[in-house]
Amino acid sequence: MTTEQNIDEILIPILEHVSDPEIPVLSIMDMGVVRSAVIKNKIVYVEITPTYSGCPAMDVIGDDIKTVLKVAGYDSRIELILAPAWTTDWITPRGRKALEDYGIAAPLGAEADKDVLLNGKRIVKCTNCGSQNTRLVSQFGSTACKAQFQCDDCQEPFDYFKCLK
Amino acid sequence: MKNENLYNYILGIADNSLILGQRLGELTGHGPSLETDIACTNMSLDLFGQVRSYYQYAAKLKGGDATEDTIAFLRKERDYVNVLLVEQPDRDFAYTMARQFLFDVYHLLFLQELQKSHDITLTAIAKKSIKEVSYHQRFSTDWIKRLGDGTTVSHDKMQEAIDSLWTYTDELFHQTAADKAMVAEGIGVDVTALKVKYYSLVNAVLEEATLKIPESKWFQKGGKKGIHTEHFGYILSNMQYMQLAYPNMEW
Repeated sequence: MTTEQNIDEILIPILEHVSDPEIPVLSIMDMGVVRSAVIKNKIVYVEITPTYSGCPAMDVIGDDIKTVLKVAGYDSRIELILAPAWTTDWITPRGRKALEDYGIAAPLGAEADKDVLLNGKRIVKCTNCGSQNTRLVSQFGSTACKAQFQCDDCQEPFDYFKCLK
Repeated sequence: MKNENLYNYILGIADNSLILGQRLGELTGHGPSLETDIACTNMSLDLFGQVRSYYQYAAKLKGGDATEDTIAFLRKERDYVNVLLVEQPDRDFAYTMARQFLFDVYHLLFLQELQKSHDITLTAIAKKSIKEVSYHQRFSTDWIKRLGDGTTVSHDKMQEAIDSLWTYTDELFHQTAADKAMVAEGIGVDVTALKVKYYSLVNAVLEEATLKIPESKWFQKGGKKGIHTEHFGYILSNMQYMQLAYPNMEW
């Protein structure tokens, strides 16, 4: 079992066109959900892994990958794999920036994440004004991967992408 | 069927998550507050996601026309082997959180062991699920403490919920024939070995929450053999309504 991605370079610009339907600013490549994509006998074999088991976006992502590859002239087979399990560490720096620009605070490290979700520590930066005077509203948010926060300085409510290790 | 023990073993794990997921899903739009409503349905979604992985695997073992959907929706009451705890209804939020907590503590201990299984599909599902389930346990533990060590009213309601659900906890550690066969093959988890740890973890939280640990030594059982409480028929009729009304319908 390997945590390395195995993606044919020719396919990268094609796959970057597919975004997470629930976070449209984030490409699936920056999300780290594409684990391998290789061409064998003119067919592209793609392995994707879910962020959360129940992530309803996976079916759509699979269909979208098929569509962009079809446009690029490839038939494809998509397989959903569970191991190794996805972690927020696989989100690229560009992906983290896209999240922040979109108004979703990017995941902190595992320890800091525990502090904000369990111990009420105020360190998540508000995506609107940058203040760290923010508080947890709910450990669960609009999708499985997020928690709800609010800024006590500018009052902006925002999502925080939970750390998953 | 070849691998019949493995098939039954998978159902023994997955049915718990299916029925608990259904119970939590019933709270959609009915939670006591927006945040807790969303939390319960998020946990429900995690459980359904896990169930899909288990049932897809079970369907592959069964072969023929079996799919994750036929396994989820087209069995009769006696064929569901979930523990009685998870089918208990949402009487109030204290019950919902007590049920969740009493299951989460078990679920996490179970998945920690399942990660060591010789079956690579089960270890993959376990490693994926464990991240989600540890988050559920944090959430439910938090509410046990908050309500237990809260106002007189919240304390009494939480105590009542724990007292009445306690009778369903022992069944978590009963072994079925499929369990024993799978433990022997290094695939299954020996649930009997989790019991001491389970009660020590649960009791520590109850104490911190200023709740009394129930003294009753009499426990209900039957779910693992398909003998369910009176609530189960109602869950199934809800879950199976679409398939009964429109046989073979698909999304």
